[in-house]
Amino acid sequence: MRQLQQRVETQQQVGESLITQTAVRLLVPFVQLFGLYVIVHGHYSPGGGFQGGVLLGSSFIMLGLAYDQKTVLRLMSERTNILFGNLGALIFTGVGALCAIFGGLFLDYSALDVLIPLGPIEWRSFGIFLVEVGVGLAVMSIMASLFWDLGSAGQMDEGL
Amino acid sequence: MIWILDLLILLLVVICAIAAINVRDLLSATIIFGVYSFLMCLLWAEMGAVDVAFTEATVGAGVSTVLFIAAILHTSRRSKD
Repeated sequence: MRQLQQRVETQQQVGESLITQTAVRLLVPFVQLFGLYVIVHGHYSPGGGFQGGVLLGSSFIMLGLAYDQKTVLRLMSERTNILFGNLGALIFTGVGALCAIFGGLFLDYSALDVLIPLGPIEWRSFGIFLVEVGVGLAVMSIMASLFWDLGSAGQMDEGL
Repeated sequence: MIWILDLLILLLVVICAIAAINVRDLLSATIIFGVYSFLMCLLWAEMGAVDVAFTEATVGAGVSTVLFIAAILHTSRRSKD
């Protein structure tokens, strides 16, 4: 009985509770879905790449707060995270550079009309979507790695 | 825009800002700063800038509070000045 009590006390010291873990486990898929919705609908409604990226990153922050750092790193390793961040920056810069290569200005999406003929108006809408996907990926990666580095003091073992 | 609601939220924002500066405990200051961010988000949504309000709600009230708490847990909780 005393052992059980001690275990409960140490668990409370670490800050893990069943209620928080269950709530986070139920909440995280919906947060990620909402983040994807915000990124995809960024050019129609409030929101966009940055806000959706922060939502996606905060889902990993919630997992890191409720569980251990190791659980989060098993779901999304540091290497994958860095890959996503660099891929986002590459998409943003690549779309801009492609526009410049095909004869427009940097990030002038209507120049991409020679690649797939959709018409300049459609390309202006679609180009914003492409760029916002890149921004969302980069911001998600940076938000998650900011919390991982700050929460574990750069060690990547325990977390908060 | 309802100016009475504007004035009420603005008054609460000023109270939260003064409290966040004056409180000695840094954890309390962080929580009050989160309240300040959320009230700012309400104010912006009420004035029609939904995009800015969205950013404030996610970054200001959500992520930055967590990052501040993470920084406090690895340093000292009491303010020196």
